[in-house]
Amino acid sequence: MKIAVLSGKGGTGKTFVSVNLAASSKKSIYVDCDVEEPNGHLFFKPNNIQTKNVSVCIPSVDSAICNGCRNCVDFCKFNALAYILNKVIVFEEVCHSCGGCILFCPTKALSEKEKIIGKIEKGISDNVSVYTGILNTGEATGVPIIKSLLEDTKNSNELTIIDCPPGSACIVMESIKDADFCVLVAEPTIFGVHNLSMVYELVNLFKKPYGVILNKCLDVPNPAEEFCIKNDIKILEKIPYDNDLGTLNSNALICARENSKYKDLFKTLLAKIIKEVPNETITDS
Amino acid sequence: MKQLLILSGKGGTGKTTVATSFIKLSNAKVFADCDVDAPNLHLLTSGMSDPKYTNYFGLPKAVIDSNKCIKCGLCKENCKFDAIENIKDYQVDWYACEGCGVCEKLCPTKAITLIPAKAGDLILYSDIDKAFSTAKLKMGSGTSGKLVTEVKKQMNSVTVKSDLAVIDGSPGIGCPVIASLSGVDMVLIVAEPSISGINDMERIITTAQKFHTKIAVCINKYNTNQSNTDRIIEYCKNSNIPFVGKIPFDKKAVTAINSGKSIVEIDCEAGISAKEVYKKTMDILFN
Amino acid sequence: MKIAIPVDENNEETKVCISFGRTPYFLIYDTDSKEKTYLNNSAAASQGGAGIKTSQVLVDNDINAIITPRCGDNAAEVLKAANIKIYKTKNDSVDDNINSFLENNLSSLEDIHEGFHN
Repeated sequence: MKIAVLSGKGGTGKTFVSVNLAASSKKSIYVDCDVEEPNGHLFFKPNNIQTKNVSVCIPSVDSAICNGCRNCVDFCKFNALAYILNKVIVFEEVCHSCGGCILFCPTKALSEKEKIIGKIEKGISDNVSVYTGILNTGEATGVPIIKSLLEDTKNSNELTIIDCPPGSACIVMESIKDADFCVLVAEPTIFGVHNLSMVYELVNLFKKPYGVILNKCLDVPNPAEEFCIKNDIKILEKIPYDNDLGTLNSNALICARENSKYKDLFKTLLAKIIKEVPNETITDS
Repeated sequence: MKQLLILSGKGGTGKTTVATSFIKLSNAKVFADCDVDAPNLHLLTSGMSDPKYTNYFGLPKAVIDSNKCIKCGLCKENCKFDAIENIKDYQVDWYACEGCGVCEKLCPTKAITLIPAKAGDLILYSDIDKAFSTAKLKMGSGTSGKLVTEVKKQMNSVTVKSDLAVIDGSPGIGCPVIASLSGVDMVLIVAEPSISGINDMERIITTAQKFHTKIAVCINKYNTNQSNTDRIIEYCKNSNIPFVGKIPFDKKAVTAINSGKSIVEIDCEAGISAKEVYKKTMDILFN
Repeated sequence: MKIAIPVDENNEETKVCISFGRTPYFLIYDTDSKEKTYLNNSAAASQGGAGIKTSQVLVDNDINAIITPRCGDNAAEVLKAANIKIYKTKNDSVDDNINSFLENNLSSLEDIHEGFHN
């Protein structure tokens, strides 16, 4: 079973929820798809790390065969190629790896070359297998890393928690494609509502079953809760703002492992989520 | 006009809360929201006249004319983005298509064309004495760096005279952040006293330093973790980055935001601290 | 030789444009004929890689030197490969910069910034 955790904006507690849900299961997989700012591993501090590079294909030029027709330069929609003093120059970080230049080179002067854009780290933290995608700084897109992460964890029958990147851009869509259930995490502010409405639109577009966790709740009116009630959105849990919880979390400790009160909270929450997943036969015993 | 950009690296540290306070305190007449993926500043700047919307076009997208398509499959076979689906007819998945044009060029019957695709809206609130530039990216759109540049261009195009422009940035360290950094006079980083927050703060400082602009750091919700707060102050001292103050976590701040106010408009501890941060930031910016 | 300056408008009144890759026009000054012409920058509207494409346009127009307030790293790489010299503008006046160039009073642009990813 795959559960994706997402939120429209950063800092609502997406990683907090994902990490603690994964830690509360008997055995689980945690996948950090927030490849620009992967923070889950700071909490899990996994051991036995195995690293795998993720690469994309970019063109490499054999100047001896190039006839200077400039088809490749003219074709490239991303302006990743230039033709200067009878030579083709490739700008690797501008390239989107569409392969067009290679395909349309009449003399076959261009060929594919692998370029590393980031890596996946796989490690163990007690009951949790931790997969972290890390995009190298300066790279345009983390989508290939997310694809590779999801491919690696695709065939597992274990409970898989997917920690998505913030926002509702294409990179988030990639992360939730194969999810059986989406957990939306929202803050109790009007910002929270605005961003919740964005991911709400997204999960509806993908026709995913979903529920909301209201995080950092205070004893004042909560516009995010009002939004859920108004739109008939299932509220899975209201996690109160709690100093102890905040301190544990800001010190990158996993609350569910540190304190039995929080362990119970997340165990119950996880059971509730699993019950929500349609036609799910696996239970987390 | 001096441009102050507010950034954080990590999301949710209180960038917009600080930005709205600064706009209020400085009586700033020109401001912008560059967080085009999840813009929020407009929620706290009511009372302006209706905005002007301009279409923003991103990368073009491929469309297949099913009348001309002979189902040869060449497009699907060669698409590196898995953007061609063959369910009943051959179709393009708009969210996956990056507009590279390979399919268009390969199609033997010219059934495929690249068409301009709207990726969002540029939005300009413009009153006689006040201007606010922002944008909203459509769901699932990719490239936002160029849209950020457009937001800033739009901000600079208004005729309103002001000494200060306040710009709310986007989270992360990627393309939109880099685009927002160009041409600003100073960056104020709103840090959060958590391990993740410190990690992301260091990455954003490294990114911002490449642009040779003035940088200062403040901490929001500092009392949620005193030892991490001390670590950030120590880090700033060691890196010679001016530290301009700390704002406490304050329930009243949440209430203020939810009623569409900035924290400096109500009587609260967070507001008082924000005023201090503002003063120190202005001293650095105009010096 | 031919020198190029990014400019906001294609007329005598124009000032230097602060952007290189996305400048709408270039003013081309021919030091031999002393003639000024304007070149439309077709690369300005590019989604990405505007600096690269803009530099390619200048290379294809046989420019020998450019005077610009800023230049991204990708653009600089193209210009360097084509042996085009990059000078830093001293202010936003086109004529001041041309005159300074002729008097050998411009310094080369050392401060190449990271690409703006737009």
